[in-house]
Amino acid sequence: MTGTLEQLPRLLALVPYLLKRPGVPFATACADFGVTEDRLRKDLNLLWLCGLPGHYPGDLIEIEFEGDTITLSDPQGVDRPLRLTVDEALALIVALRTLAETPGLADPEPVLRALAKVEEAAGAAAEPANRVEVALAGEQTVLPAVRDALERKKVLRLVYWTAGRDETTERDVDPIRLVVVDGQSYLEAWCRVAEGDRMFHLGRVQEVTVLDEPASPPAGLASRDLSQGLFQPLEGDTVVVLALEPGAAWVSDFYPCDSVEELGEGRQLVTLRTRGTAWIRRLALSLGASGRVVEPAALADQVREDAQLALAAYSSQ
Amino acid sequence: MVAAKKTERLLNLVICLLATRRYLTVQQIREAVPGYDADNEEAFRRMFERDKEELRELGIPLETGSNSVWDDEVGYRIASRDYQLPEITLEPDEAAALGLAARLWQSAPLAGATGSALLKLRAAGIEPPESATGLEPRIGASEPTFEGCLAAAVSGRRLRFSYRTAGRPEAEDRHVEPWGVVSWRGRWYLVAHDLGRGAARVFRLSRIVGAVKAEGPEGAVTVPPDADLRAMVVRIEGGSQHTPVRVRVRTGSCWELRRRAVSVTADGDGWEVIETTYNDPSRFADRLAGYGPDAVVLAPEEARQAVISRLEVLAR
Repeated sequence: MTGTLEQLPRLLALVPYLLKRPGVPFATACADFGVTEDRLRKDLNLLWLCGLPGHYPGDLIEIEFEGDTITLSDPQGVDRPLRLTVDEALALIVALRTLAETPGLADPEPVLRALAKVEEAAGAAAEPANRVEVALAGEQTVLPAVRDALERKKVLRLVYWTAGRDETTERDVDPIRLVVVDGQSYLEAWCRVAEGDRMFHLGRVQEVTVLDEPASPPAGLASRDLSQGLFQPLEGDTVVVLALEPGAAWVSDFYPCDSVEELGEGRQLVTLRTRGTAWIRRLALSLGASGRVVEPAALADQVREDAQLALAAYSSQ
Repeated sequence: MVAAKKTERLLNLVICLLATRRYLTVQQIREAVPGYDADNEEAFRRMFERDKEELRELGIPLETGSNSVWDDEVGYRIASRDYQLPEITLEPDEAAALGLAARLWQSAPLAGATGSALLKLRAAGIEPPESATGLEPRIGASEPTFEGCLAAAVSGRRLRFSYRTAGRPEAEDRHVEPWGVVSWRGRWYLVAHDLGRGAARVFRLSRIVGAVKAEGPEGAVTVPPDADLRAMVVRIEGGSQHTPVRVRVRTGSCWELRRRAVSVTADGDGWEVIETTYNDPSRFADRLAGYGPDAVVLAPEEARQAVISRLEVLAR
């Protein structure tokens, strides 16, 4: 992007940035500004031409290159960055407040000190941050142990409930990282039982113990890309089609669906993919009359059988 | 290179207006800043109007005024104290906290705003660490109306949108005064005063149909000082009554019930009885039906009947 609305703010930040860091390497400046070397050169070539009215040599912004380093002198009045805009202040302040208020996620004390300083620097632009609040599920009992294991690189023993099969198992894992996606906390770890990279929902960890054994997740394990969400379809997943009445419309909000077809009057036909189908059986049972498995037919039959078995249990107890 | 020329002109304009204490008239600006048309008055005026607009969009505080009461021509300047980010320094642990917070927002528009805020803080001399602590809190905002709701709440403008209420087939038009947006359990909510209903309401963003439309002037909405946005969302979505219930479950199953259990006692081979409570009778019955043959509600009778009638529909 070379648009003025993109370039001018960068230039206005670049001048004080360089002023604070005489002799900064080219590559460092590129990385800090997230631009290519070519882009940075164009920016610098433009800065050079700017300055106070008159535009005689002493009026212009001065830049020296030595080897691959940059030194700026004579900022011509733009020696401080521009104030934070309302959106910028809001993004930082709400993020810091969220960290401070979520138990177990970070040591709240330095977060609160940073928050106070950012609020003060933002001045009046800080006020609209009160219009946004974020509540994360802080898994208070589990998080401190998980953070401790990550920091000291130790193995964790988890008693973990697998929602898909509704069963609880004990397993030792090598922690990789802690991720909070859409308000829920997950531990990504190498599971020694499954011998695979797994995501553990902290809300489903029943017990956790930090073992005295050093963690050693297999080398070269690429952290999975979470930018498209936590659940990514795999080949071989079962394709499930559900017919939903208006009362079950939350299903398509809640689960990632391949497609949602609106049938009118609030009814929907949704298609989703899943590895295990046990949870779909339970979902279908819990939806009752407001949702129905259309495909696969065998799954629809299983749901009916489950219901018949359950009714039999009720009549005997 | 038109864009580069324009950026150069705007940067010179900012430097010029920061350097002056007196208000500069448009003609003085035309002479001082290179790049303005010297011959065509009309073209110059149009260009200057657009430039002013762009500076304001970037948050550059352009002041207008005149140098004395006898001077009736309006002039421009930028006051350093309104322009400059005040001094800010962070201790290493504070900078680390900021670095962690900066990774929270995953989607537009707040991810972009975080990036440009960090640039300014770096320019002020702060070095947020690259941070690889293994800690990655992230907040998404996949709801397409998030940006519109956020903007309206921040600027204090009224909103119109079409909203689908659970269990009702048709979406209804709503006209509201936004008080704020809240993320709770991974979903975004708009808390607002509903003008049609004359009361505060909580809207789930994913149930807004189509786009939101902001209307009226900015700052038209007054948020009551005692409004606790998060508490309002939790009250509506969370429920708060507790009815005791006894459920017989297969050993090792129904973990979500166990999590909130008051007590769990063995009851014959492979079965246990869990005592717990529920808020919402209908949701509880849905969930219990979901366990199928692994769980049987023993008491109270209403909860038992609610599950049975759900199962009967499914068993047909």
